[in-house]
Parts: sequence; structure tokens; C-alpha cells
Amino acid sequence: MSLQSPVGSDHQLARLLQIGAVLEEVVEARATKHCESDAIDDDVRGMLEAAAAESQRHRERVDDLIDELDADTIPFDEIQPLVEQQYEADQDFDGVLYDQLCNEETAYKFYDDLIQAVEQSDATFSIDRDRLLSILREIRAEEEAGVEEVTELMERGI
Amino acid sequence: MNTANQYLKAIYLVQEIENGPASTGSIAEMLDVSPASANEMIGKLEDESLCSHEKYKGVELTDEGIVRARDALQNYCIIERFLVEVLEVEDFRTEARQLEPVIDETVAERLDTIIDRAPQCPDCFDADSDVCELLECDPAD
Repeated sequence: MSLQSPVGSDHQLARLLQIGAVLEEVVEARATKHCESDAIDDDVRGMLEAAAAESQRHRERVDDLIDELDADTIPFDEIQPLVEQQYEADQDFDGVLYDQLCNEETAYKFYDDLIQAVEQSDATFSIDRDRLLSILREIRAEEEAGVEEVTELMERGI
Repeated sequence: MNTANQYLKAIYLVQEIENGPASTGSIAEMLDVSPASANEMIGKLEDESLCSHEKYKGVELTDEGIVRARDALQNYCIIERFLVEVLEVEDFRTEARQLEPVIDETVAERLDTIIDRAPQCPDCFDADSDVCELLECDPAD
């Protein structure tokens, strides 16, 4: 155990980006699974489909960064079965929305912490730092918008 | 996970290893920080009623400190298991320590949805080998 900076090298940055990519895969797979629920209406189904598509786009952007760092990406078809094996979310309206809110909040929190860690690190990466931060901030902003969208749907359902 | 939680987890594990109050030196050694830094943070944790510190005796977590330490340890277990089961990282202990400060409980909970963790976690964590006893990995790793 140590209290060193978590992002002190290309290797550590790549590892965190791999975790980000897996989180996006989890969001994509769970949102797709939620779409199978009979308890949701067209608005919620539309939101979930859009969320799954957005996660795929985020994952592809993160995978591009991982490639630039010469690290391995984690294929979606490796993560999807893991999600399905352990999937036990409530399939009612509230359960689906609550899980989707957790998805969006988790992704937002992850990128927020990663951005902070990169900002605080004085390491030199083989990726341009400004471009890296710009991409991560764009993704974070979309996750934040996702949290707001799910919250609005939840409030509408009350 | 923030620095305070890393300290609470370290105190908890040292208390387990030493089977009693944790010495400041052992806590500092586990966290790879100076004894002065450890003393400063222990003072802050004491101010927050998360531990008590008696000179020449050592540090003991309060009930509230134990709850937070166990949560932090559970997060750490999730990170280690995720590294082994999903990313197949060989040097998972070193990497888990590096990742600990930036993977908070919200993120750990979602990673937990794709790993196979036992219900008794974190009681199955072995402080000496710094890994869950139930995690299938080479003990020599």
C-alpha cells in the first residue's frame, strides 16, 4: 500500500482507461438488458437505447486512447457475458431507472476522479495531456447530462 | 478512495496482524510514508473520533472507524479481484494499491457487478499476504 499518485506513468494511465472502457461496457450491456423489461414505456426505452449507444461511442474514444498508449483494449464480448451472469436488477420501472442512474453517476464519478488525478499528476504521458483532458472532460459532460436525463424521468414517474 | 480511508484500512489491517493496537511505525511502513506523516493523519482521524491513540500503546479504531475501514477494505478487495478476474493483471497487488485512491466506492460497486466475490468479504482478506484468501491466484505473485 502506498500513497503515491495513481497516474504516474503511461502504464497507470492505460490501466485506468481500461477500467473506464470496462465501465462503459457494463453500462452498455446493462442498459441493453433493461430494454427487455416489460415494465418500461417508450420514453424510458428510448433513453436506454440512446444511453447504450452513447456508452459505445465513449468506449470507442477511450479505446483509441488506450491504443495510443500501446495497451490492450478489453473486447465488449468479454464483458457482456459477465454482466449477464450476474444480472439481477429489478426489472420494474423504478428498478430499471435506479440502476441506469447508478450507471450514469458511476461513469461521471469515474471520469471526474480520473481528470482530477491527471491534473494533479506531473508525469509526462505519450498522449498530449491537453487533448487527453479535453476528451475526458467531453465524456464527463455527457455523463453529467445522462444523470440529469434519468433524474427527470424518475421525477416524472413519481 | 481518499487518504483518510487508506489510513483507516491500514490501521485495521495492522491491528489484525499485531492482534492489538497498531503501532505508528507499522502503519507508516504499510503505507510507505514517514512516521511523522502517519502521526499527523492519525491525529486528524482521532479528532474525527475514528480512532484513539495512546502513546507507547498504539492506535485503535473506534466502532465508526472500523465500519469505514471495512468499507475501504471491501473496495480494495473488489479492485484486486477485478484486476485478476477481468483484466488478468499479474502484479495485481501493486496495481490495486496504485488504483485505490482513484477508484471510489461508487465505481467499485459497479465493477463488483461483473466479478465473483464471496458474501463474507472482507472477512476473507488475509492481511499478511495482502489478498483475499478465496481469490484464485498464484500465492507467489
